[in-house]
Amino acid sequence: MDFKKPQFTKISDYIWEISKDYKQGMRVPARIIASKRVLDQMDDHVYDQITNVATLPGIVNYAYCMPDGHSGYGFPIGGVAAMDTEEGVISPGGIGFDINCGMRLIRTNLTIDEVRPKLHELVDTLFRRIPAGVGGKSRMRLSSQEFKQVMERGSRWCIEKGLGWEEDLERTEMKGSVESADSSKVSEKAIKRGLGQVGTLGSGNHYLEIQHVKEENIEDSELAKKWGLFPDQVVVMFHCGSRGFGHQVASDYLNLFLDVMQSKYGIKILDRELACAPFRSKEGQDYFSAMNCAVNMGFANRQAILHEVREGFAGVFGKSAEDLEMHQIYDICHNRASVEKHKVGGEMKELIVHRKGATAAFGPGREEIPELYRNDGQPILIGGSMETGSWLLAGVDSAADTWFTTAHGSGRVMSRAQAKRTYRGEELQKNMEKKGIYIKAVSFKGLAEEAGGAYKKIDEVIDSATSAGVSRKVAKLVPIGNIKG
Amino acid sequence: MSYRFIDGVAIADVTFEATGSTLEELFESAAKAVTNSMVDDLGTIEEKTTRKISLSGKDQERLLHNFMQELLFYKDAEGLVFSKYTIKITGNSLEADLVGEELDQEKHEWITDVKAVSWHMYKVEKTEEGWKAFVILDV
Repeated sequence: MDFKKPQFTKISDYIWEISKDYKQGMRVPARIIASKRVLDQMDDHVYDQITNVATLPGIVNYAYCMPDGHSGYGFPIGGVAAMDTEEGVISPGGIGFDINCGMRLIRTNLTIDEVRPKLHELVDTLFRRIPAGVGGKSRMRLSSQEFKQVMERGSRWCIEKGLGWEEDLERTEMKGSVESADSSKVSEKAIKRGLGQVGTLGSGNHYLEIQHVKEENIEDSELAKKWGLFPDQVVVMFHCGSRGFGHQVASDYLNLFLDVMQSKYGIKILDRELACAPFRSKEGQDYFSAMNCAVNMGFANRQAILHEVREGFAGVFGKSAEDLEMHQIYDICHNRASVEKHKVGGEMKELIVHRKGATAAFGPGREEIPELYRNDGQPILIGGSMETGSWLLAGVDSAADTWFTTAHGSGRVMSRAQAKRTYRGEELQKNMEKKGIYIKAVSFKGLAEEAGGAYKKIDEVIDSATSAGVSRKVAKLVPIGNIKG
Repeated sequence: MSYRFIDGVAIADVTFEATGSTLEELFESAAKAVTNSMVDDLGTIEEKTTRKISLSGKDQERLLHNFMQELLFYKDAEGLVFSKYTIKITGNSLEADLVGEELDQEKHEWITDVKAVSWHMYKVEKTEEGWKAFVILDV
């Protein structure tokens, strides 16, 4: 592949621009949100891919890449693009195969001293209760009718089935149930892939962590307290998505878009993973409805896992989840497209915002934020590698330029194969135990691929995101226990 | 007939090149590579159950893509992985017997889940020796 490293124009210490002249067909410039050091760690494919994104019809202002950016397909991971809903396209490559991959954070009233002595029992219990890995079977095998409810109603269905508390919905992005989900737009194949997967963690970089809120890691003590955190508290965070169901929805519509894109709509693209259709076309609307079914499945999946987390804690500590005050803090998605209103050239405009490995980060007052948090800015959950820790951030007004978007994780710097050559799963598990992190993994090879050294340093990514003004710090959460697929 | 994994192409994912002297052999190589991305030792997958499939595609490139996707469908929908593939291709259609067994976390050493067969840099080509495919899997 011919690749010419772009010239970056420094907009600020944390914003780097690639001009429209860099590549034929670019409709807007590309902007990367990163410190110079983080920018230099990104692989070349990121620059190539984000400038490909800039060629998509209807893209507004800039193609953005967040500081955790690394190469993906079509869009890089960390890629963000907003298209005009009337003139622009929707592209599955701007959302990813794992639709509504996201994070959920749960608080407890337990302290590190109460949890440490029972850590092994707790992690082992959760590992038994929450199916993980390839072939990890759900405790629930849903009928097609039940799955239709999951697709169209998301977490709401789980709450009615007794898998959670009513208040969980208020603490989930879009109340865990997105509208414009139409199950008739989803293939039988996708449904069959999803029937047995509600309440399963999956594998790859998906995990569940028991985390410690260290006093020195609380950056905004007032907001942390308001959101339910306190020094030396133990919290639970997990990361997963819509599983094989979402993967099939994305694959089905990529195939369809490849068939119609050029022949029916005359759209030419630089990479087949950027297959797209006009948002207002039948195919575009059908994909949007099917994608939203997968968004709902992702919320329902995390809701069902939350139920198992609460049951697991209750069993180990001999108290109900209510007595343990296991309130959800937030659940947020980092792979989806949504219709939002943003200011463009002084006027409010309706846009279809694609976020692929990027998190919505609405500033105070925006109606997308649940009332509970609306004055504070949206809670943002950023998962780090299993060795380094994760972050709770808040949305800020100054993120308007990036369509209120921030990073979603660390971002890989080492390939999976290289990580497997560099680290051994068994050894990694032992070393982490020495550091006070107890891990249960389905696969040692899979574990090696997720070693902390395979990722950028999360704190540098977060510093880039906060210094660029796309979010602000609330607290860092460090792992003490981890379940991996 | 063979396949080899290639490092350094897609940092977060799995890349492989599969070859075959015939189109059927290419498809078999690619199927084994997909399965081997998930299961470390294909020799641990016993021949216990068979699924008969018929597929078609707009062209042979699309047909191979559909075929690899079909393996991911069985992995999630029925929890099946296969180690033996008998494939017959006519034009842009195929019929195949997939022979294998249910996934077992105790028996099969897992590597990672494959989410999808991507289109990124995907290519099927005729070579002097037969056929070659370049594939990146999203994991």
